[in-house]
Amino acid sequence: MAGESSARQFAESGADLALVNVTKRFPGFTAIDDLSLTIPAGSFFALLGPSGCGKTTTLRLVAGLEEPTEGRIMIGGKDLTDTKAYQRPVNTVFQSYALFPHMSVLDNVMFGLRRRKIADAAEKAKEALDLVELGHVSTRKPAQLSGGQQQRVALARALVNRPALLLLDEPLGALDLKLRRQMQLEIKDIQSEVGLTFLHVTHDQEEAMTMADTVAVMNQGKIEQMGPPEELYESPKTAFVATFLGQSNLFGGEVTSSTKDVISVAVAGKELRVPVDRAVAHRGKVTVGVRPEKVSLHQAEPTTDSNRCVIGPGRVLDASFTGVSTQYLVDVPGFGDVTVFAQNTSHGEHAVEGDEVFLSWSVEHAFGLADVPPAEDRFLNDTSTGAMAVQEREKIEQELEGA
Amino acid sequence: MAFGAFGGAAPAADQQQVAQRKSPIALWLLLPGLLYLILFFVTPLFSLVITSFQEPVPGGFLGEYQNAFNPSNYVDVVSTYLPHIMRSFVYASLATVFALLLGYPVAYVIGVKLRPYPLVQSLALVILIAPFFISFLLRTIAWKQIFADEGVVVGLLKSMQIIPADAYLTGTPFSVVFGLTYMFLPFMALPIYTTLEKLDLRYVEAGSDLYESPFTVFRTVTFPLSLPGVVSGTLLTFIPATGDYINASRDFLGSTDTAMMGNVIEANFLVLQNFPAAAALSLILMMSILVLVSVYVKRSGTDDLL
Repeated sequence: MAGESSARQFAESGADLALVNVTKRFPGFTAIDDLSLTIPAGSFFALLGPSGCGKTTTLRLVAGLEEPTEGRIMIGGKDLTDTKAYQRPVNTVFQSYALFPHMSVLDNVMFGLRRRKIADAAEKAKEALDLVELGHVSTRKPAQLSGGQQQRVALARALVNRPALLLLDEPLGALDLKLRRQMQLEIKDIQSEVGLTFLHVTHDQEEAMTMADTVAVMNQGKIEQMGPPEELYESPKTAFVATFLGQSNLFGGEVTSSTKDVISVAVAGKELRVPVDRAVAHRGKVTVGVRPEKVSLHQAEPTTDSNRCVIGPGRVLDASFTGVSTQYLVDVPGFGDVTVFAQNTSHGEHAVEGDEVFLSWSVEHAFGLADVPPAEDRFLNDTSTGAMAVQEREKIEQELEGA
Repeated sequence: MAFGAFGGAAPAADQQQVAQRKSPIALWLLLPGLLYLILFFVTPLFSLVITSFQEPVPGGFLGEYQNAFNPSNYVDVVSTYLPHIMRSFVYASLATVFALLLGYPVAYVIGVKLRPYPLVQSLALVILIAPFFISFLLRTIAWKQIFADEGVVVGLLKSMQIIPADAYLTGTPFSVVFGLTYMFLPFMALPIYTTLEKLDLRYVEAGSDLYESPFTVFRTVTFPLSLPGVVSGTLLTFIPATGDYINASRDFLGSTDTAMMGNVIEANFLVLQNFPAAAALSLILMMSILVLVSVYVKRSGTDDLL
């Protein structure tokens, strides 16, 4: 009953969450494979990954809605692996909101308070509704609210309990872009205001980077890389992170020489240099990566500069104007198709389709990876039987839940 | 409804106009059903009302009645058959309660617990409906055999000395209520199953996520959300059970002490040939069920859930 008594309390501050060697197997496939993770108290942590990577299962394990096959789940230093969902000091904002359709908005928000016999539950519920600016709809039924309002009610219903740990399961997925941006900022504000620990699960990399202090990129039941958003973006450690979080140009090659500052990689007869501290592997076959916005486009071959890598000439296959920038797709023999984002800051030279161009980037912007890039198209991977099984499984689960 | 307010109004008006233009066809399609109802439902109802006010032909034979306005028929049947009227409602209420207590768990298991196993789920549904493949008269006679004095149930209970040696089951209120419960159990379970089968389990998860124990989640979330099924199930049980005359009949599970309104109406129509009394009783039965059901539906407040 220790769990229950702690659930009855309002959390004064967020609790840290630790997953220790957690594995979750469903019949026929492993959703989570030996996952260890620590989320410090009071942080906003995002679990980012494609559908079927195990992130929602992780969340359900923490909430107590699934039991891990192996491993322990600790919240605030206490082992809660065998504690039932309703006894855990955790609340979830569900992807589908799951607002009780037969209750008013206020009753929905009061639901968690009443059980714990919190004094003036109605008062607290009203405050929570005011926090999400929905005090005026408290007597309505959830079906009478818009999607965005329902989402905010779901947030208030979880927040009002002041859980030590708040879980957000893609709660913004059903909202349109503008509302999503607005809600992202609101949730972020609320988190810094109340100081609780937030664990946010999403497949939207922009959302994860905007909101979270720490982002963990998850793929096939494992965490690929974890860190602050800038770090993940600027120096990805695996090809999956490099391509899932934003876009990357990746070139496979062999290390030919290395100094204490840079390694040189031979790709299609050119030397590409990568700073040593931005390279995961320093010998053998490696992958060199550079972000499209770090690449510059030149109409004529630029003068050699020891701080820049130059490739080309290549032919512009496609130039598309997107407003703030122009996206170019350049075919460079030996390097494949290279994407370039050029800021629309000057009225000067603009390449058009068919132009012959050179590409260059600053050495310090390159990063080195140990693994080869995943097959050309990310979606090709999904036709593997494993991924299909996962997708099929998810579909069936959703059907079962939705039925 | 809320979404209908946005932009949906104009097309709806258009559709209405279209529907009005096409209305002659709709009327023609409705005609057979309407004629059927008028011929076989409204006409007999009027005939029943007229019969209920008739009086015996002075000096006529048994079963000879003439049209009159004789409301005392109603007073007579109520004073004569009040115990039967009360018994009908008590038995039907008991059967409804028992059918709900038995049917809800069955519906819950089939509709919720068996969801991951569609094949087992379908099989369980077939088993639930299977008794319908046998005539209910046969089934009721079968129960009479099972509960017979020399039958296995009474024998076993006697040998275990749970009931005294001179006890019996057939012809008791127990066997009548048992028979009613048995007969209407599928009518209770199926509508409940239909609502539970559609229940979004994420509400249940949300309930336990908000600290409620499984029992409280059931009481505050699952049961209220299945209320439409419970209401239709109880109506489908209570209404026919009140008018039932098979189970309570002496030929089946009942005795003269357990006669319900259906038995009395049957006896008045077919044996005593007191047609006005039978008609008056039928109308009383109909009106009281109508009143009870309207109050029940209103009270259960399921209008917005249905």
